Amino acid sequence: MNVSTIGEFVGAFLILTGGVASVISVFGLLRLPDVYTRSHAATKSSTLAVLLTLSGAFIYFLFSQDFVSVRLLLGIVFVFLTAPVAGHLIVRAAYRSNVKLADISTEDELYEVLHKDKVEEDGTGQ
Amino acid sequence: MAFQLLLNFFIALVWMFMSTSFTASTFVIGLLIGLLLIIITRRFFTERLYIWRLWAAFKLALLFFKELTLSNISVLKLILRPKMNIQPMIFALPTDLEHDWEITLLSSLITLTPGTIVLYVSDDQRTLYIHAIDVDDVDDAIDSIKNSFEKSIKEVSRP
Repeated sequence: MNVSTIGEFVGAFLILTGGVASVISVFGLLRLPDVYTRSHAATKSSTLAVLLTLSGAFIYFLFSQDFVSVRLLLGIVFVFLTAPVAGHLIVRAAYRSNVKLADISTEDELYEVLHKDKVEEDGTGQ
Repeated sequence: MAFQLLLNFFIALVWMFMSTSFTASTFVIGLLIGLLLIIITRRFFTERLYIWRLWAAFKLALLFFKELTLSNISVLKLILRPKMNIQPMIFALPTDLEHDWEITLLSSLITLTPGTIVLYVSDDQRTLYIHAIDVDDVDDAIDSIKNSFEKSIKEVSRP
């Protein structure tokens, strides 16, 4: 086994791990109860899946064709910059439009902050 | 930090002009000489040497990749558990970071780490509201992780 074969195997293994991670994130989307917990699975696991797949492709092309693909590296950086912001914005928009938390949720400290006047009107805030 | 970096580049440029060879290796030699000069004259700068900040940023990146891997393993275990007994909740995290970019960095890091997502940043930027997926066993652990993130961000931004 020479170096390029080992490199190809490493790349293939990374791509396989990325595929497994994205399957798990889809399982999370199906099984978790509400939008907030789903966004956990969507942001984290799929970010890692994209990272693993892109770096696997990078290593594969590096070793099999001696080609340094800077665009793949840039893609990794861009996904890392944008994925958490997208997750944050979706969750925030859901909360602002009064999407209910799942029933198993234990505590909600943000409700009193955002709906201060409503809590006082209802008389539940005392 | 930006000033020291610019000064270092300028010294490297001067070195290239003095040796009249405009190649990358001359530039690197000039950078090293400039770094040496900046280290020698470090007591005239008000800030730390910029290499320590670069080192802190590097350590933060390493910490981040470690946390990302751990978070994915924990979410994986949560999802594949046959009986889903999770306890999601929203809790408030007081922060004493000041600049906008620090808070953005902290919330991005929190969003990509174990079982937490930033929901809302309060208007005075003193509190982050965080949705956690399973709080029963992680509340204290997460607080300590936050402290480690906040500490390393402060390490980067400290003058």
